[in-house]
Amino acid sequence: MRVGLFIPCYVDQFYPNAGIATLQLLEKLGVEVVYPANQTCCGQPMANSGYEHLTEGCNRLFVDQFGDFDYIVSPSGSCVLHVKDHLHLHDREAEATVVRSKVWEITAFLTDVLKVEKLPGRFPHKVGLHQSCHGQRGLKLASMSELVAPKFSKPLQLLNMVEGLELIPLKREDECCGFGGTFCVTEEAVSVKMGKDRVEDHLEHGAEYITGTDMSCLMHMEGILRRKNSNVKVMHIAEILNAGS
Amino acid sequence: MKKDHAQLSADFNANEPRVNWHDETLWWIRQKRDKAANTLPEWEELREAASAVKYHTLSNLSEYLQQFEANAHRNGITVHWAADAAEHNHIVCTILKEQGIKRIVKSKSMLTEECHLNPYLAENGIEVIDTDLGERIVQLADEPPSHIVLPCIHKKKEEIGELFHEHLGTAKGEADPQVLTAAARLHLRETFLTRRGALTGVNFAIAETGEFVVCTNEGNADMGAHLADVHIACMGIEKLIPLRQHLGIYLRLLTRSATGQPQTTYSSHFRSPRPGQQMHIVLVDNGRSTQLGREEFRNSLKCIRCGACMNTCPVYRRSGGHSYHTAIAGPIGAILAPNLDMKQYADLPFASTLCGSCSNVCPVKIDIHDQLYKWRQVLMKDGQGGAMKTASMKVMNFTLSSPGVYRTAGKAGRWFLRNVPFVVNNPLNPWYKQRDMPEAPQQSFGEWYKQNRKQ
Ligand code: SF4
Repeated sequence: MRVGLFIPCYVDQFYPNAGIATLQLLEKLGVEVVYPANQTCCGQPMANSGYEHLTEGCNRLFVDQFGDFDYIVSPSGSCVLHVKDHLHLHDREAEATVVRSKVWEITAFLTDVLKVEKLPGRFPHKVGLHQSCHGQRGLKLASMSELVAPKFSKPLQLLNMVEGLELIPLKREDECCGFGGTFCVTEEAVSVKMGKDRVEDHLEHGAEYITGTDMSCLMHMEGILRRKNSNVKVMHIAEILNAGS
Repeated sequence: MKKDHAQLSADFNANEPRVNWHDETLWWIRQKRDKAANTLPEWEELREAASAVKYHTLSNLSEYLQQFEANAHRNGITVHWAADAAEHNHIVCTILKEQGIKRIVKSKSMLTEECHLNPYLAENGIEVIDTDLGERIVQLADEPPSHIVLPCIHKKKEEIGELFHEHLGTAKGEADPQVLTAAARLHLRETFLTRRGALTGVNFAIAETGEFVVCTNEGNADMGAHLADVHIACMGIEKLIPLRQHLGIYLRLLTRSATGQPQTTYSSHFRSPRPGQQMHIVLVDNGRSTQLGREEFRNSLKCIRCGACMNTCPVYRRSGGHSYHTAIAGPIGAILAPNLDMKQYADLPFASTLCGSCSNVCPVKIDIHDQLYKWRQVLMKDGQGGAMKTASMKVMNFTLSSPGVYRTAGKAGRWFLRNVPFVVNNPLNPWYKQRDMPEAPQQSFGEWYKQNRKQ
């Protein structure tokens, strides 16, 4: 099995540790992983702003970089969802279709493809899990509070394998944090208020770390935590799953 | 220039405790909805059925409309067709004038809000009293409703007490909801007895029987309609369902979704006028056929106006209904409004994080958040984003689609700090106003990988 590692642009630039943890975790589980050096961005920032018609260059590059792998794995539910739902190439649609079908978010890849049942790691801390909406509702990584359906959670299933980790409860288990791509600047007031409320829920319940499947949501909440001089840290779920082993 | 959603919600957020109160109030209703939904194991099947019946109806709308018209006519109801808001207002006004009616009671009609009927009738010398308690409150405050089911949800009980003191003569400082409701009842009861014309909305119209159903909790629609000589019911053409037996699906979903009640207190069926009474139905298009013609947005016409998408929307809860500057606020409003005027409402599809909660609560399974995304594409292609935004997006696209440019654009973080809107490093940057920037690390992932893994 050859896996192409897709590291979203902002993770590459700001949160390399999330990328490194994803890579190491996969290697530890015996997977051959390659990071294609010429990748940049999936085009989501443009598409969510209404400019999907300008993303052809990004799409072409993505198909060129990742077309040959058995799986494409990424530590970002949001970017994976974008590729899955919106990556098209009018002159190479067959290739684009294959790419869409083999792109995976890291936690789902671990639970559904690798069928991981135990992890060697240890993380003796109180952790709050933020359900990033695109992963949860878009990729269905976890059940959703709105639906009358059985409960499950792939990220939680994995966190439960980590020794010493104490998951804190939340008042609102799957409320959006308000990042929302360019929403975070175009609708600054509401975005920040949503972020503050989300962070507060974690703080009230004693979180030492806030984790999740999307670094973008965590970046937004980190910005708010730092502004209030909080010691609580954000950490991508791959870093926790890869910790202490 | 008129304020857009971002500016209006920034104003709303100037008072944080009030935002908290608004958010908590609506979240409480969302939780009641969850509880009610979970009492029915078949909930998701009901949603599926509701969606499918609406889909079928919309696909055969012209036939069902004609069937409805013929049956309503047979029942003794006069049916009118209005292409747009102006025609709707004109029809209502003409009926009332012909009967010499100068004062009417109105209940349960967001459609008349959409058409701005009240000011039109006022100009024509006809006085309208809204009889739904919430509607009456916003009417006294001279404000539009902020929510389709809970029109005065943005008002605290003290503010309502103040309004009642001023207009209905309740004691100053009286804010007990029970006392206020009793005062409103008394005042409205007098009104009912003296009005000869009643206008209601329609929740469901049944093609098979030519009857229509109005759902209320206060019984005011019935009271108005039964006492009046002339009953006018106004409905959008999408309110139709084919058979009476379909009604059960919707009645079970509607109020559980809206407020968490199993049923509205009154689900009143109107089939024919009582002897001596006139009954009219105004079937209104006002952009609905256009929306029906837009394949990607057609499903929005399934809406049964339960308001659940508003109660769950984390943006609506923190920006208030008035920030949407249109009669129907929230996620559903944001996909309906651009159909009527792309320029005026270009901001609304962007007033969302696309979290998807709205689509999940919607009892008729409208893909609301996907439609928000699609409206963004339509609006930007139509040039509603302005030249600046398009140009910067083009630069961003150029950089992101060229690995060379992306890598040489700078060491870790530098490129981003210069080019990506949410981290642009300047004091006017809206990111920085209330949030710290992420720190640029020593190395990007790409740089680390080059050093640490064979290639
Ligand atoms: S879109 Fe769906 S959830 Fe929103 S008001 Fe209409 S029916 Fe209710």
